[in-house]
Amino acid sequence: MQLIADISTSLSLLAFSPPGWGGALLKGLLSSLQIALGGYGLGLLIGIAGACGKLYGNAVCRDLLGCYTTAVRAVPELVLILLLYYAGSDLVNQVLHWLSYPPIDINGLVAGIFVIGIVQGAYSTEVIRGAMSAIPVGHIEAAFACGMRPWQVLKRIILPEMLVHALPGLSNLWLIATKDTALLAVVGFTELTLITKQAAGGTKHHMLFYCAAGLLYLSVTLISNWGIKKLDNHLRHTKAST
Amino acid sequence: MLKKPAPIARFAPHRIILALISAAVVGYMIYFLRWDWLADYSDKIWIGLWRTVWLLALSVLFGFLLALPLGLAQANGPKPLAIMANSFCTVIRGTPLLLQLWLIYYGLGSIFPTIPSIRQSELWPYLRQAWPYALFTLSISFAAYEAEIMRGAFAGVPKGELEAARAIGMSRWQCFRRILLPRAFYRALPTLGGEVVLQMKATPLVATITMIDIYAVFSKVRQDTFITYEPLLFLALIYIVLAALLTLVFKHIENRNPVH
Repeated sequence: MQLIADISTSLSLLAFSPPGWGGALLKGLLSSLQIALGGYGLGLLIGIAGACGKLYGNAVCRDLLGCYTTAVRAVPELVLILLLYYAGSDLVNQVLHWLSYPPIDINGLVAGIFVIGIVQGAYSTEVIRGAMSAIPVGHIEAAFACGMRPWQVLKRIILPEMLVHALPGLSNLWLIATKDTALLAVVGFTELTLITKQAAGGTKHHMLFYCAAGLLYLSVTLISNWGIKKLDNHLRHTKAST
Repeated sequence: MLKKPAPIARFAPHRIILALISAAVVGYMIYFLRWDWLADYSDKIWIGLWRTVWLLALSVLFGFLLALPLGLAQANGPKPLAIMANSFCTVIRGTPLLLQLWLIYYGLGSIFPTIPSIRQSELWPYLRQAWPYALFTLSISFAAYEAEIMRGAFAGVPKGELEAARAIGMSRWQCFRRILLPRAFYRALPTLGGEVVLQMKATPLVATITMIDIYAVFSKVRQDTFITYEPLLFLALIYIVLAALLTLVFKHIENRNPVH
């Protein structure tokens, strides 16, 4: 009897409306996903630009990109997040000061996306560079011979062909992005992990809330894995049929 | 534009210019930023660095030892064992390390004191500190990521070599120790180096459960002195040096690789 009563009080703590924390947890999950999506997207853009720079840029560009990817991959995300968080908001306010605008408070969401994006960019540069160099040179030469512009070659030939090779690495990066958002809890951004900590500390039901949050993260991973598998099958199929 | 880019000479002119520019930036930082706190905190920094290093070394060691059975079970084990090992890895790899750390430290830490037999045991003085929880969580996490690599490495050992070993009359254990393990280890070595660097990058998380590692020391410096950038930059430099050393060590081991 005691056990059933315990379980029902525990579950009532996870109810969606206050005093239950379920709604707050889901809201946290939503902001985690927002940052993960934004950061991942920004990282992809940086990655594509970086990979093009590393493969087709001049020597200075390649060396600078090498410094960027090496440094970001050697410094812990936690330190980078603190550095970029302070440096980024300082920089923005400095620029605003020069333009004689009043200083602003950087939105936590924007800062989070920026930080995760910079970190992800370094890794996806390497992934995309590897995938791009697997494209047969003849395909690109043929596209140029047809009279396409560099931008069109990138959009029509390089990116679609690169995707098959890059998918394993890029999907791994997506999973890392969803988990890296938890680090923003340390700088006080209210995403899933921080809300979980507040809920656990407030109610003293540590195990319950951490396990619930773990299940939420795990379901994101499992759903992503399922989606990635579908996408992979689709890409392989289209590649085989051409 | 299409040709594979030519490798850059080690002392190409632009590199010398870039080196000069970065030397100027570093010189500017040394001269104009505040570094007076370094002397006051040097003892604590060394202690923190030592804690980070042993935490990394022990968690990699324990994690690797745990990854061997996990990887082997997934590659060659019976179905139920393989499924159990696989789901363990999926759960650990599918949740953030920070959450696991807090689950273990706050969750288990709140349950242990309510169990009298644990409170009276010899281990209790240790269980009241943060480091056993940190070491445990980091080891488990490393094991899960490394098991995935070891699974591939075990599965990639040619069947013929194992059959040959069995045919000569080696026992199952000898087969494992003489053929399977060394072959798989050298196969996994290039990725192992990368995993260890990733593990190093995960160690500062233990500062959030009150363990005073190198990251926590610099957080303390920032709180005490109200200096924002200098401690963070110095900390980043320490981690870069650590990562470079780890990379060098693993390159060295890899070059001694007897299997080609």
